[in-house]
Amino acid sequence: MKRSRLSQILAGVLVNAVYEMKNYPVVLISTVISPLSLLAVVTFVSSGALLGAAIEGGLIMIFFSSGIALQSDLSHLKNDFKLQDMVVSSPTSAKMYMGGMALAEIVYSIPGIAILVALAAIYIQPNPIQIATLSAVLLLMFAVSIAIGFMLSTFSSDVVQSYAFSRLLSLLFATLPPVYYPITLVPSPLNYLALLSPTTYAAMIMHNSTGYLELSSAALAANWAVLLGVCAVIMYVAVKKTRWREK
Amino acid sequence: MGKLECRGLTKVYDDQRIALDNVTLSVDTKGIFGLIGRNGAGKTTLIRMLATELEPTSGMAGINGMDIMKNTDKLREKIAIVPQEARTIRWMTPKQTVFSYLLWRGYPYKEANRLAAESLAKLGLDQYANMLNARLSGGTKRKVLIATVTASEAEIIFLDEPTTGLDPISRHELWDILCELGKTRFIFLTTHYLEEAEQLADQIGILKEGKLVSIGTLSELRRSCPFQYSIKLPPKTAVPSTNDAEVTVSASGYTQILTHEAEAFRIARLLSEQGAKFSITPITLDDIFFQLVGNKAEDGNEA
Repeated sequence: MKRSRLSQILAGVLVNAVYEMKNYPVVLISTVISPLSLLAVVTFVSSGALLGAAIEGGLIMIFFSSGIALQSDLSHLKNDFKLQDMVVSSPTSAKMYMGGMALAEIVYSIPGIAILVALAAIYIQPNPIQIATLSAVLLLMFAVSIAIGFMLSTFSSDVVQSYAFSRLLSLLFATLPPVYYPITLVPSPLNYLALLSPTTYAAMIMHNSTGYLELSSAALAANWAVLLGVCAVIMYVAVKKTRWREK
Repeated sequence: MGKLECRGLTKVYDDQRIALDNVTLSVDTKGIFGLIGRNGAGKTTLIRMLATELEPTSGMAGINGMDIMKNTDKLREKIAIVPQEARTIRWMTPKQTVFSYLLWRGYPYKEANRLAAESLAKLGLDQYANMLNARLSGGTKRKVLIATVTASEAEIIFLDEPTTGLDPISRHELWDILCELGKTRFIFLTTHYLEEAEQLADQIGILKEGKLVSIGTLSELRRSCPFQYSIKLPPKTAVPSTNDAEVTVSASGYTQILTHEAEAFRIARLLSEQGAKFSITPITLDDIFFQLVGNKAEDGNEA
């Protein structure tokens, strides 16, 4: 029998996103509220001056949190429903399973992403180069968070612990760092602390691209290098550490 | 006809706990094989290794000529498992559950849809197909999981304690389903219920503390026991003297005498002469289990 890889990816998207959204529509609201609430606060406090930066921050938060949510979702499906055990003993590979599950996180966030993209089109009006830059950064952010989520899911055996972890990581990496506003507004030495988070580099590149921050070419190159480096290292560790068949 | 074979299969966990100790067995991959044992005997460890979820520490195992470590991909085409404590996902319907599993196995969309509907109908679940799993009874949820794996082309189905926690009626309904399944596929099932293994399994293996203590058909297991007949007496019945039997008295006062055929009939004759009430039967799987495994009230951890 010839097996369809598209079907294997689709299974993950359906189980981890579509069916939940279809059968429990209330979950759609929560995917929209979290990025929009901080965006509203920053916009009101800055009297609208930082609306564009906050929209970019909202996008970073939604992409990063989507990847981190993979951790708790995988852990939930594995430990509470034994779904992963059923899939391991089937012709599905780890890549297909994880690919579908990761894509599901983006699908789950589509309502929030759609609103933020619409706001960006209205208030930032990015040109094609800016669109390419923002998209590349967001995809990198998503890759980093997916790798973190994937790695952590293999260590966690308890769903309560997993959800707590997800919330903590989202807070540490997407809410506390200066992603909704430029890093120049963070007083020293806290701005150095912010550099510990990869989302800060993502935000600096995006804010620089749309004029909310001015970076030298060298600083911009360094930010890209850090972001790519972090992504590569976390991906490598995730692939090395995670196991499809348990030892 | 193929075989499921294990040679010296051993699993030692990181904490140095030996979950499976040098298990060697060979069974035909047809009908139903039942694996019984107490909590922590190693049933789940063995089933997870055979279903390619867990690596053995040493030894080898193969199913129909496919080694669990060397031919994993090929083997995964032929197997399916319902793990212990598997549950249906509450935000999905039975149809979505079966359909998505078939997609994971790589079936094209339309075929998966057709097979899902057929499988649910075959198990009498078509009326529940579009209800949320969260609203189904425990027995129906368990049937949905069975329908999920049997919708696929898998020839070898592993079921880890499929009826645990079900009421007697649901359990018997599931037995009928498993009996039917066993006619066309090889079912490897673990269970706590000795009656279940006795009713369903063509061959039975008994695990004790990670070791396989006996394997065979029920008749073969009977023959392997020191005593093959059981006599049960109600409380306050005078027990005839015997030197060639094992006599136990339960907390409620019932006496059980396990002995050989000739001695059993001698005792039965004496009891009849006394006018005592009693029953005499060949030993059941319960008796075999207690003779081989013991009935001390110690409880281990599940392995």
